[in-house]
Amino acid sequence: MTGFVAAMVAFAISLSKSRRIESLEASVARINAISPAARLGGTATLEQATVSTAVFEGDERGAGRRAGNIGMSLTWLSTLLLGASILCRGISAHRLPWGNMYEFSLAAGFAIAISYCVLSVKRDLRWLGLFIVVPVLLDLGIATTVLYTDSEDLVPALHSYWLAIHVTAATVCVGAFSVGAALSALYLVAERAESRILAGQDVGRIGALAKRLPSADRLDLMAYRIHAFMFPLWTFAVISGAIWAEAAWGRYWGWDPKETWAFITWVIYAAYLHARVTVGWRGRKAAYIALAGITAILVNYFVVNILIPGLHSYSGVK
Amino acid sequence: MGSFTAWMRWLWRQLTSMRIALFLLFLLALASVPGSIFPQRGTAPAKVSQYLRDNPKSGLILDRLHMFDVFASPWFAAIYLLLFISLAGCVIPRLFEYWKELRSEPPAAPKNLSRLGVYQTWQSDVSAELSLQSTAQGWDKKGWRVRTGSDYVSAERGYAREFGNLLFHFSLLGLLVAVGIGSSYGFRGTVIVREGFGFANNVTQYDSFTPGRAFSVNDLAPFSFSLSKFHAAYQVGGMQSGAAREFHADVSVKAAPNAKSKKVRIEVNEPLRVAGVTVYLVGHGYSPEFTLRDSKGNVVWKDAAVFLPQDANFTSNGVVKAPDSVPQLGLQGYFLPTVTTDFSMGPRSIFPAANDPKVFMSAWQGDLGLDSGIPQSVYQLDTTKMKRIGKEELAPGEKWVLPNGQGVVEFTGYRQWAAFSLAHDPGKGWALLFAILAIAGLTMSLLIPRRRVWLRITESQDGGNLYEVGGLAKTQAPGLPADVTKLAQIAFVNAPEVTRD
Repeated sequence: MTGFVAAMVAFAISLSKSRRIESLEASVARINAISPAARLGGTATLEQATVSTAVFEGDERGAGRRAGNIGMSLTWLSTLLLGASILCRGISAHRLPWGNMYEFSLAAGFAIAISYCVLSVKRDLRWLGLFIVVPVLLDLGIATTVLYTDSEDLVPALHSYWLAIHVTAATVCVGAFSVGAALSALYLVAERAESRILAGQDVGRIGALAKRLPSADRLDLMAYRIHAFMFPLWTFAVISGAIWAEAAWGRYWGWDPKETWAFITWVIYAAYLHARVTVGWRGRKAAYIALAGITAILVNYFVVNILIPGLHSYSGVK
Repeated sequence: MGSFTAWMRWLWRQLTSMRIALFLLFLLALASVPGSIFPQRGTAPAKVSQYLRDNPKSGLILDRLHMFDVFASPWFAAIYLLLFISLAGCVIPRLFEYWKELRSEPPAAPKNLSRLGVYQTWQSDVSAELSLQSTAQGWDKKGWRVRTGSDYVSAERGYAREFGNLLFHFSLLGLLVAVGIGSSYGFRGTVIVREGFGFANNVTQYDSFTPGRAFSVNDLAPFSFSLSKFHAAYQVGGMQSGAAREFHADVSVKAAPNAKSKKVRIEVNEPLRVAGVTVYLVGHGYSPEFTLRDSKGNVVWKDAAVFLPQDANFTSNGVVKAPDSVPQLGLQGYFLPTVTTDFSMGPRSIFPAANDPKVFMSAWQGDLGLDSGIPQSVYQLDTTKMKRIGKEELAPGEKWVLPNGQGVVEFTGYRQWAAFSLAHDPGKGWALLFAILAIAGLTMSLLIPRRRVWLRITESQDGGNLYEVGGLAKTQAPGLPADVTKLAQIAFVNAPEVTRD
């Protein structure tokens, strides 16, 4: 119950945060009125090559900047609170709090938020905040309303130290891939706006968002780095699952629906990495593949856990 | 003939191109989807038959399309085999290229360094020869290969990236082979063992047995085990009441016919590994014990019958067949571990543990049909040539005298049974090895940056020397500017800038 209350607190705090960051973006749009095309055509100097994310410099005292800072602090605070609530849940259940969908969802929300927080330590990522907090809120909202179950012991199939390894790896991947997907989606927005500007067209309402974002190339690069970094970990998550399956069910791979979708996800992200080095597939098409990847993860999580019967039926949802 | 080889070459080039590889990857992902939507023979054969019964027309079409065994279907195999051929065709030439690259020196500095992504330049009076030598020596060679030319120093790092890339792709090929070997030279089987009974590793003892294509039943290792006690614990109370919390089976194992027996506990995540075979605990249930006497009082059946659980509260059904009584007797009914009776739904089980067990049996008399030669399920009674003579509910220890003195049924108690899955997979260790290599290769290929840096010294028009430093990243990893700056600093220490007015 402690966990539930703390998650609700985190929920409310984050909600107030998301309102503030919107105002940040409004102000950033005013100050950062450089055309994306101008940003694209920069000359290659040493300074520019050192990957700098401080897109919105010169706005040290603006109201948007302040709101962004508040947003950032609140995100840190609610992420830590969420972490604490997960810890409480673990203490209340005397086990790792990763045994049913309610707990997986909390952990995934935490993974998304903490990935964002960690990434933001070294770079200015305030522009990304809104697109992180909204999915986290959705996730936590679903968790506390639809998926909630009491904290109890685990079913025997989960009595294994592989629970700690396999589920943790998978959850971290889900969190980081979500951040990557947000970046890929923003890339699509920015890329569209930039090509429209180059073609002399109006950027449109969604395209206006691009003015508040780093350049498309930059978004693409960040998305790629996250995906490339997480892909080996996802591979590890799948393989550790196979090792666990070997110990629990007598075969390391049996095309259980969850395994099938983990495989589909793996293949899609493999395709993404290949597309990045294939002429004609870079950029927009690769970004769509990354979005297909997160879709496969979501299908695996919500559809497979709840609707398709299989060996991974630990949802705890009745 | 010439055009044929040209055509084949074209086909090969297409197959090994990245575009086709991408296409095959998508196809593979897409082809896996129906495998998670429709029930699969490999994992849920009963559900497949159910589906075929419920949808005879569409089911038949789907079955023709291999929708119920997607991952063993020829079209799925076609996709992944093409993908692996494409992969091999791509990575084998790269292996040779990589080998050549390793044995050759880093490439010479390009003509125009100022065109590179990262570039610095200054003027100095220090001679080129001296500077080139000291810079090449001063450059930290760890992870770098350095080449000194007539007017340049060239350094390259990240060779392990391509190594990792190749390792990953070859490991995938290895994994495929290991999986193939495991499924052809291994076997899988299941068996239900009641408490107090045993199992010897022999084909006739299995309830189901699936050997690989190249597996011979003579290769079965002669081990045996007997189940002394099965234990299950369940959650009491709360939202998840009745959910399983612990299972274990205490068995005694003999690794060979004349080996000493050993007591072992098999749990869900802790299988028994004996003689190359792994024994998993996969299910459990109840087997009520009955004693049947015929009208003359002779015992015609005395055993524990395996009843199969039907729901989460272990409402179990099963049968008893007594072919030796004249006329033949059969029992059919339910075992409920914790009985409750309400008026609307009748008797049912409300908890999976046997807190208040009862059986609800009906007795049948006539011809069991066992002599007809048609194979029968041991869990079903063929009542076409039988007559029901009564029904009764019994608690443990209770007797039921059948109408007209046709016999006596005694429910003496119950035992539990455990279902075991036995598997032998000789490719398992190899699969694990290749999986680990694949992760290692993948990590290397995605995280090791590959980049080149150059220093070039040329005479400038005013008599001094023009120092130029540049770098090229072949991957999108940060760090190139730092490396170029480092190279510039090393050269700069020996050849400081001179400004002429």
